[in-house]
Amino acid sequence: MKKIVTLLVLFVGITTIYASNGPTGYSPGDIATDFSLKNVDGSTVSLSDFRDAKGFIVVFTCNHCPYAVMYEDRIIELNKKYAPMGYPVIAINPNDPAAAPDDSFEKMKERAKEKNFDFPYLFDDGQKVYPQYGATRTPHVFLLDSKRVVQYIGAIDDNPQDAASVQVKYLENAINNHAKGKEIETKTTKAVGCSIKVKK
Amino acid sequence: MSKGQLLQFESFDEFEKEIIAPIGENEKIIINFWATWCKPCVEELPFFEQITQEENGLRVILVSLDFKNQIEKKLIPFVEKHKLRSQVIALLDGKYNDWIDKVSPEWSGALPGTLMVVNGKKYFYEKSYHSKEELLNDINSLN
Repeated sequence: MKKIVTLLVLFVGITTIYASNGPTGYSPGDIATDFSLKNVDGSTVSLSDFRDAKGFIVVFTCNHCPYAVMYEDRIIELNKKYAPMGYPVIAINPNDPAAAPDDSFEKMKERAKEKNFDFPYLFDDGQKVYPQYGATRTPHVFLLDSKRVVQYIGAIDDNPQDAASVQVKYLENAINNHAKGKEIETKTTKAVGCSIKVKK
Repeated sequence: MSKGQLLQFESFDEFEKEIIAPIGENEKIIINFWATWCKPCVEELPFFEQITQEENGLRVILVSLDFKNQIEKKLIPFVEKHKLRSQVIALLDGKYNDWIDKVSPEWSGALPGTLMVVNGKKYFYEKSYHSKEELLNDINSLN
């Protein structure tokens, strides 16, 4: 019995180490934290709500940033394509409305309604979740597997301005490879975007 | 300012070759990455402008990441309206993932960001400045 308890304590200790993030957030392979955030429809959403998910497309995005707006339609399409495959989009607004009034919860509700968001658009109240992930800009994507292990971090594709001119669909490549059990070649990318707004 | 007067680079490598590579060991060049649509970028521009106007021996370059189709519509009118005296360059290379790390591996790509090349040392500040003093502080800390 004592041996089992010791093993259990060791096991918990090891998983705790892997679940914690470094000073700059997650890297591929880390286990991302779940959360309990308010959705624009008033409900509270956690990743664990999606019992059959094969993975999660967590995207930090917002109303005010032109780059984020440029990707809105693509995010809607991603959810349409991948949610039925078991990879739902979970959008999170990481900004403090005191620093970015266009990103208030009320404005989030308006935008979600205006564009018929078919996915959760969550408010990172108190800005506790985005620092754990290490999101640094909007939009910023974290692809997780069903156990919340980070598979891919970064840009959706290589052309914010023009969806028709995209040459490399980083996120879709990652999802498709994951779905087939194949190695993801490009696990992280960088892109230009708006800084996350924190009240000074 | 006409479109012809604004220095534009379609490729980052060209920009690096012409602007960054020639920087001398004794020079102090402050390169700010911004865009007309980026609110915190626009809010900190006055501090960079003050540096240009007041500080001899410091050269400021404002590198705009506005899109190509916004140069005539937004960037040039902005430069004229605000009477910017620092050198403004348009960097039109959309392959961001290829060159962000070349500016600095520490840069996430978020705007604004400032690359300082001072006496041969390079440092990247991923932050918004709230005063000229704060900006000068960071510049002087590299001496």
